[in-house]
Amino acid sequence: MSAKPTLFLAAATPQLQYTAAGTWTAAHANDLEALIDAAGARQAGQPASIDMHKVEAFDTYGAWLLERFIRTRRTSGAETTLVSLPDRFRDLVTAMHKADLEPPPAPPPENAVVDAVLKLGRAMHGVGQDLLTIVNMLGAIGAATGRVLARPSSFRFTSAVHHLDRVGLQAVPIILLITFLIGGIIAQQGIFHFRKFGAETYVVDMLGILILREIGVLIVSIMVAGRSGSSYTAELGSMKMREEIDALRTMGRDPIAVLVLPRVLALVLALTMLTFLGSMAALFGGGLVSWFYGGMSPDIFIARLKEAISLTHFQVGMIKAPFMALVIGVVACAQGFAVKGSAESLGLQTTASVVKAIFLVIVLDGLFAVFFASIDM
Amino acid sequence: MTEHTAIRVRDLVVGFGDRTVLDHVSVDVERGQIFGFVGGSGSGKSVLLRTIIGLIPQRGGSIEVLGTNLTRADEDARRAIERRWGVLFQQGALFSSLTVLQNVQFPMREYLSLSPRLLKEMAEAKLDMVGLNPTDWDKLPSELSGGMIKRVALARALALDPELVFLDEPTSGLDPISAGDFDELIRTLQHTLGLTVFMITHDLESLYTVCDRIGVLAGGKVVVTGPIDTMLKSDHPWVQSYFKGRRADALAHRLAQPPS
Repeated sequence: MSAKPTLFLAAATPQLQYTAAGTWTAAHANDLEALIDAAGARQAGQPASIDMHKVEAFDTYGAWLLERFIRTRRTSGAETTLVSLPDRFRDLVTAMHKADLEPPPAPPPENAVVDAVLKLGRAMHGVGQDLLTIVNMLGAIGAATGRVLARPSSFRFTSAVHHLDRVGLQAVPIILLITFLIGGIIAQQGIFHFRKFGAETYVVDMLGILILREIGVLIVSIMVAGRSGSSYTAELGSMKMREEIDALRTMGRDPIAVLVLPRVLALVLALTMLTFLGSMAALFGGGLVSWFYGGMSPDIFIARLKEAISLTHFQVGMIKAPFMALVIGVVACAQGFAVKGSAESLGLQTTASVVKAIFLVIVLDGLFAVFFASIDM
Repeated sequence: MTEHTAIRVRDLVVGFGDRTVLDHVSVDVERGQIFGFVGGSGSGKSVLLRTIIGLIPQRGGSIEVLGTNLTRADEDARRAIERRWGVLFQQGALFSSLTVLQNVQFPMREYLSLSPRLLKEMAEAKLDMVGLNPTDWDKLPSELSGGMIKRVALARALALDPELVFLDEPTSGLDPISAGDFDELIRTLQHTLGLTVFMITHDLESLYTVCDRIGVLAGGKVVVTGPIDTMLKSDHPWVQSYFKGRRADALAHRLAQPPS
């Protein structure tokens, strides 16, 4: 459609005389660059001239490459003259002539060993900082709770109920489904393997203790960290990005009391209730599988369950739930407040929020196991 | 290519739900002109711009850009036209995860096959043209001031050497000095690159100093178009109060040489 750019060497003495033609535009920048670089390197030190009057179209790409030709030749001490440059191209050539592409001085290269040590140190410092922000958030929530207790009317009741609906009620179906399936799977695996020793009846003991003490609260916590923790981080993070949190602060309202406290409180209540529902659904799933797959009638299953478990097992599971919720809420909100300007940062913090929350939930579960073992629960 | 009109909008109707925002709007923008568009808040200026560039569907009428009827154009023809225009969004709309240099390189990478060296040099040249210091080239958009964001966004809009540039309130949110500089920059670039500029603005000073022609949108219709003199002579009440208001009067007095 448009003619390719050309750069024709008309004469080589007394100076290089080129004739340019065709379209010197972005669409042909690649062809033109090859021409320019070849011509620029030819017989360094000899002055050159380019006749421009046959060039049909010209844009910043063409102008820059022309300028590159001039600059390349100047480094070897040779000047370039432009012959019969059309007036309409003149501004562009002048503009490119003024362009200053001097890069800023690069920082001096680091010693590889020093660099590695530096990176390790920064990483360790980062871990420390992370822990500090989490403890900081926990402290801020504690302080805000104190203030709210002193003046209960300042509590955001509507907000808390709204969040309770979102993280509690709306999570019920998915939590019930997942824990029901997990309970069924544990029962099936138990029956299948215990059958070899004729110990199928002990599946009920395993099911009861495992679900009430560990699986119920863990599965629900992990689900909630992924479902609600991430949304807390994203919400608070985008509020931070759009300066809503700063606006709140300038109006004399504490963002922790207004945004974080209702969310965390809702999470604590919701997770406790969901743990109860989840444990029941898991036991129900286990019972159904025992009935249809293991041939154990519901009456026998319930009688065995009554013998196998005590209130203690149930308490152990339920006591853990609010602490798990606190960890998830604190991590989610701390990560949300750590979001900086970019969309990428929001994604990064949301991922970090879920990963750290799940990690801390499992660590906390381990600590609880040690604690309950030492007090004989 | 010899088409004299860059943008030709005829009887354009745009609405949301049962509300009609643009009611049979017709505008012509000639090549090589800086066309300023004014109107009260919510009068549909941005809607008009977004409809022309294809972000909002139209209900009726036709839009012709650079000789192609976009209302009837197929996907390929539309892509070909999109490559020939650049858009500066009101908030800059820089990609927040890319550096300044990468933002400007993005359209170049997508549409042109350039060598890495040329890609780098062209992006740097564009940034230099809009007056950005080399120290800011590797920054992320979140580290830039409002004025710098607009400059980078302009450099990105100009990355492919477009023939037509759409500017959505280029000087809003800038201090008067930066706004003046930006107007100057648009003027210079328009002159150097032979651009056609379609800009929405609230800035009276931009209208006085850089715009060749002005269109006024009120009540979903274009009520007046013409150079600044036509605006001053118009007896439409909104135009009167806009161009003859206290701020406008003060400005007209201040500008030593009002455009003839």
